Amino acid sequence: MSLPFLVFFACALLAVVGAVRLILAREPIHSALALILLMISLAVLYLLLGAPFIAAVQILVYAGAIMVLFVFVIMVLNAGVEERTDFSKIAKYAGLPLAFFLLLWIAHWLAHAPAGSAIATGAGAPTVAFSTVELSEQLFRPYLFPFEATSILILIAILGALVLARKEE
Amino acid sequence: MSVPVSYYLVLSAVLFGLGVVAFVFKRNVITIFMAIELMLNAVNLAFVAFARAYNQLDGLVFVFFVIVVAAAEAAVGLAIVITLARNRESLNVERVNLLKF
Amino acid sequence: MEFISQHPVLVVSLVKIAALLFIVMTALAYITWLERKVIAHIQSRRGPYYVGAHGLLQPLADGLKFMFKEDVTPPVSDRLVYTLAPILALSLALTAIALIPFGPPSVQVLGQPVFIVSNVDIGLLFLFAITSIGVYGVALAGWSSNSKYPLMGGLRSSAQMISYEVSLTISVVGVLLLAGTLNFNGIIESQRGYWLHFIPRWHLIPQIVGFLCYLTAAVAETNRIPFDLPEAETELVAGFHTEYSSFKFAMFFMAEYANMVTVSCLAAILFLGGWLSPFPDSWKWQLYLPGAGLLALGAYCAWDTAVNMKRIARLQLGVVTVLAVGGGLLCILIPGAPEVIQGPFWFTSKILAILFFYIWMRGTLPRFRYDQLMSFGWKLLLPVSLANLVVTALVIVWPLLVRHG
Repeated sequence: MSLPFLVFFACALLAVVGAVRLILAREPIHSALALILLMISLAVLYLLLGAPFIAAVQILVYAGAIMVLFVFVIMVLNAGVEERTDFSKIAKYAGLPLAFFLLLWIAHWLAHAPAGSAIATGAGAPTVAFSTVELSEQLFRPYLFPFEATSILILIAILGALVLARKEE
Repeated sequence: MSVPVSYYLVLSAVLFGLGVVAFVFKRNVITIFMAIELMLNAVNLAFVAFARAYNQLDGLVFVFFVIVVAAAEAAVGLAIVITLARNRESLNVERVNLLKF
Repeated sequence: MEFISQHPVLVVSLVKIAALLFIVMTALAYITWLERKVIAHIQSRRGPYYVGAHGLLQPLADGLKFMFKEDVTPPVSDRLVYTLAPILALSLALTAIALIPFGPPSVQVLGQPVFIVSNVDIGLLFLFAITSIGVYGVALAGWSSNSKYPLMGGLRSSAQMISYEVSLTISVVGVLLLAGTLNFNGIIESQRGYWLHFIPRWHLIPQIVGFLCYLTAAVAETNRIPFDLPEAETELVAGFHTEYSSFKFAMFFMAEYANMVTVSCLAAILFLGGWLSPFPDSWKWQLYLPGAGLLALGAYCAWDTAVNMKRIARLQLGVVTVLAVGGGLLCILIPGAPEVIQGPFWFTSKILAILFFYIWMRGTLPRFRYDQLMSFGWKLLLPVSLANLVVTALVIVWPLLVRHG
């Protein structure tokens, strides 16, 4: 097992453990912590895939700002209540095996893709990381309009959040 | 020998499935929101994996926009959750049933 | 021996990490001593002088106290989160220090640079990412303490940290526009050279507004006076670390000072030229400056040994004198040592200058009220940082605009 495989399996295991803990945790704060663990392990996977800028942005924005917002709301609303999850019978006995079968089918199809396809073999040559300069060229030349549109979107989101969460005087 | 891209896609599918399970079965509004974020993360991983497979940067640009839109959506969604908690006094999603027929 | 020659990266990295950890922990302990001494002298008193000569063994005594104190755990709501919070705070603060270059990458052992633990291409972005997760240590500590004052202190402190994080990041982008790279070594290399042959080309001068914004945001980010309402003693008992005792409290304490050190290192790299010296390279006498400084320190300690009354203090000062004189002679006499020691020497002096400024502010200024603090961060500091960014970008792009127009 070479080092990339080891790192991949460790991070994949951490990610799946985080997702399962999100489902099984009794308190929302534990679910939030599990999601943060998942995001950080995904950031390491992005590094392994050669996208360091996206890994840093994932930690900076997703794990460092969005999840802080979630944790704040959980603390302020004191959402420490336990949840009663009553699984419906159909979901438990028919849904889960079907999902498992679907997953096996997808994995089989992906692994036996025709030879020479990019998906099955991945990068045979040594991977060169995507550079930040190229990414910024893409963002500011072809994709300039969506870039500016997202800035307006964030402004609208700020205004919406302010109006919604204001106390009624 | 680097990790084949299909491994990342299988992991993305697993995480997305777990996100759907959490979305359907949980009762707390905030946990349902976190399941949405989990699904978005799984999709991000698939995008970055495809960007590496075809060696194009467009996947990374899309991931950038997905993260930004997720931030905006989380802000507005959590404001809605706060209003909900203030008006219905409970975070259980089954109590928010005024429009149910 | 073959192992070392076959795996040079691994061995050198392990040695560097161990050395950095040891040096940083000792430095954190002695920054507490420096702070107590400086604040005492600002307030016309002496500070620690009893435990060891000039109070130099005070950090050791404090460390022993923290280790032997009883670890009281209050009836917390969540033991996992309660124990996780200080571990998270300290480990993130120490991880951030690993990205900092302490000297030029040309000084190498076995082909690996000695003074740089890790040289990441997007080092600055990673540093900010690590700092942004550091908010969780504070928020989770306040939440899991199951008590009113820590909860309020934790929420206020983390809200303050995320507010000033935005201004911190934006005030640095002006420097990035001038340097053109996120790599720390690249930023330092872009500050080489001199205007008028003797003013160093540091980013302090073109980006003076950015530097002031950065310093203010950094003081707020590390929860120091004048922005330390969430952990002030007269306001919220002790803020988010009220319910922590003994070693966990020591971890929060060390995490705060490690954050201070990280932010000072960043200020030195981004605005003050990092490990570059302020004097032109042609002035060769500056090579002997570190050695001369250590010899002067040795001479002072020798005089102090002779004058001091107590025998134990004399013994300690004698040891310090021997170390200082020995170090000074080593720096001057070993061939090649003066060039090697230049980088870390200038970097450390800049960090000490900024830390002294931090401690000076603590002894002098009153603290902001919380609503004043938040309105200052959002309504004054953020617009000023944005204006700095826009003006810097305009000045850089101006030749292109004029040419096409």
